[in-house]
Amino acid sequence: MIFMANSLKRSGNLVVSISKRCYSTTTISQQQQQQSSSAGNATVNLFTAINQALHIALETDPRAYLFGEDVGFGGVFRCTTGLADRFGKDRVFNTPLCEQGIVGFGIGLAAMGNRAIAEIQFADYIFPAFDQIVNEAAKFRYRSGNQFNCGGLTIRTPYGAVGHGGHYHSQSPEAFFCHVPGLKVVIPRSPQQAKGLLLACIRDPNPTIFFEPKWLYRLAVEEVPDHDYMLPLSTAEVIREGSDITLVGWGAQLAVMEQACADAEKDGISCELIDLKTLIPWDKETVEASVRKTGKLLVSHEAPVTGGFGAEIAASITESCFLRLEAPIARVCGLDTPFPLVFEPFYMPTKNKILDAIKTTVNY
Amino acid sequence: MAIWFRRSKDITIHFKKYNLGLLGFFTQNFKSSSFFHQFGNSSTSPTSFNGNFRIPKYILFPNSPPLFSFRRFESVEAEKQIDSEDQEHDKQALDFPGGRVTFTSHLRFLSESPEKRIHCYRILDDNGQPILGSNFRQVSKEVAVKMYNHMVTLQILDTIFYEAQRQGRISFYVTTNGEEAINIASAAALTMDDIIFPQYREPGVLLWRGFTLQEFANQCFGNKSDYGKGRQMPIHYGSKKLNYFTVSSTIATQLPQAVGAAYSLKMDKKNACAVTYFGDGGTSEGDFHAALNFAAVTEAPVIFICRNNGWAISTPTSEQFRSDGVVVKGQAYGIRSIRVDGNDTLAIYSAVCEAREMAIREHRPVLIEALTYRVGHHSTSDDSTKYRSANEIEHWKMARDPVTRYRKWIGKKGWWTDNEETELRSNVRKEIMQAIQVAEKVEKPPLMDLFTDVYDCPPPNLCEQEGLLRETVKKHPQDYPTDVPV
Repeated sequence: MIFMANSLKRSGNLVVSISKRCYSTTTISQQQQQQSSSAGNATVNLFTAINQALHIALETDPRAYLFGEDVGFGGVFRCTTGLADRFGKDRVFNTPLCEQGIVGFGIGLAAMGNRAIAEIQFADYIFPAFDQIVNEAAKFRYRSGNQFNCGGLTIRTPYGAVGHGGHYHSQSPEAFFCHVPGLKVVIPRSPQQAKGLLLACIRDPNPTIFFEPKWLYRLAVEEVPDHDYMLPLSTAEVIREGSDITLVGWGAQLAVMEQACADAEKDGISCELIDLKTLIPWDKETVEASVRKTGKLLVSHEAPVTGGFGAEIAASITESCFLRLEAPIARVCGLDTPFPLVFEPFYMPTKNKILDAIKTTVNY
Repeated sequence: MAIWFRRSKDITIHFKKYNLGLLGFFTQNFKSSSFFHQFGNSSTSPTSFNGNFRIPKYILFPNSPPLFSFRRFESVEAEKQIDSEDQEHDKQALDFPGGRVTFTSHLRFLSESPEKRIHCYRILDDNGQPILGSNFRQVSKEVAVKMYNHMVTLQILDTIFYEAQRQGRISFYVTTNGEEAINIASAAALTMDDIIFPQYREPGVLLWRGFTLQEFANQCFGNKSDYGKGRQMPIHYGSKKLNYFTVSSTIATQLPQAVGAAYSLKMDKKNACAVTYFGDGGTSEGDFHAALNFAAVTEAPVIFICRNNGWAISTPTSEQFRSDGVVVKGQAYGIRSIRVDGNDTLAIYSAVCEAREMAIREHRPVLIEALTYRVGHHSTSDDSTKYRSANEIEHWKMARDPVTRYRKWIGKKGWWTDNEETELRSNVRKEIMQAIQVAEKVEKPPLMDLFTDVYDCPPPNLCEQEGLLRETVKKHPQDYPTDVPV
């Protein structure tokens, strides 16, 4: 088991425990797992945190709707449990199995002043809706000269590796959408983050894609405030302070990076770890400030390295921090292959790949 | 053949009992029948896919010569026998989601097309005479004349803007020639509360709603008075005030959006529907099918109006689909549908009035297929004589023009005179020329508008890019248009 509470506690008084992701032999102690549960907070997993956010979103806005494939009975990942019973089938409903229909419908609903929360069952299946997202949602406000907008649209979709998902239940397609002005792309790392960021996305006046790390749905457990709260978009967070190298990531990958940081520390390397949270428009300032301090940068994501969002970060930071950089920017990412099944442990940007890259960069 | 059909009855039972797939059905039953040995491919093993799948192959490839045909084996006697078997089977049925399904022992596929093509609703014949006994909505003189006025205005708008493009004054244009009746009559049948999701060949709807000639010109010239702030090509109109969503060039993307908007109207209990327009080519897009299906399932008050004008740029409908046009697709999705003569103003008006009432009162989508013809080129970037005959264009332009036909009708009613015609045409022409001259002189939108509206507020990367661009413009002013205020 992996434990990332220490760093998270510092930034938000959180307790997060994430079960084994195949890469670590360290274990979490029982005491740590059952840590603090103060009033108004409950220790919940990530899908429950998302469920809470959806309850709040529908409760606080009578014009909020939730729809997608199989959301009526609670969703294949249980994120929408209890919502149809509570808010009725007019506001929480199944749609036909058609992603372009789901997003197109959502745009029209949002354009009429509603909060349209659309679920795409797996990010791997978002591509039939690519045209609606890229050519329609993203340009809706701009092309009308701000007469119309579909800012009430939020697309929720589970992404990333899960250990046995193969080609079509594992992909991380965030970079495709980071190339599209007009969209916001947000990825949470933990239950507490997921709730606050999802509510922020739903209420943001721009169309947003919210990628949910499906590996963490059940495995990430942390104390989450019961109340309605939002976390700021386009604001990165330093979740572990350090002085030798900056690491940037998002979503489920942060848990792996955290382990690498902990192991590097044993070798006397002090790592600073940043959760980007919002990929576009991204918080360059926080990353720049950190790289100016450490002089080294490593970016890590599950998606294939070529054309991944890590490339954008590397290019931007090279432009702005060239004279401060003491080593080439390292990218530890997925391979340039389709996401494989039995080869998944080889494909993944694992802790030791990251640790090796940290050492190489620091000793450059 | 009687033997075969008797066997087929057994097969049905067998099929039901063992829950076999279609392939299983053939492999299980054909290999031992004398029928198979007689007509099957003797060189193929009875268990091989090809050998056993010969019958469905004929069905799968209707254009290839059949190896043998079912019909060849049918006899009157067999038919009779089937009828009685059918009646027997009618008593037995399957309760299946969607309703009770009766059984038949007759192995018969649904035909790929109905025996007769779906009728086309019309009221005015080619001479503008109402067809006796036709069933339609009465139109007051005021509305009738207003419709004619707008049809003529649309024609002249097209003629002058097309010329303006040819003279290089605007960059692009799309005409609506031949489709004036669909544009104006459908708009007249709606109320201002109905929400329009247009394609791009429906400027008449906007005209009817009160978009001024100056507003049309401002958009086509992309000046600072264009509501779209000069960001889109000419003819991509939009008006929040007039409930007309901004045009995008993508085909059929507006259809599922119209369904979402219609669902919102239903939930808000508004006395309004969403109306979306598209062409025959658009019906091949996934979004068309997505939208019809979503509309039916969500019981959304939306009217789908297909302008079947025969051509998607250069692709004729014969290369677009093999169905009986578009109207038949509605039923497959559980949507009430009608085919209308798109060049008959009164027929369009009546059909849309009726559709609107059904949509709102009964919470249901309606599909209207309007048969018409794209008399003009696809756009100013197209020369349609390269792929269709001049005679064909002439025929539709002269013999089937919707404006002429409607003019005959209001003329006969005594509601319109030649003098009024001359005066209208001359006034509209002057107004449009004036609008163009004004639009041409209005300055372009400021450079700032390049960066606004991407998001509700410009993020830091856009602020940074704007700053850098302004420095570059200062440094190399010769590289940039002088009419855009920096």
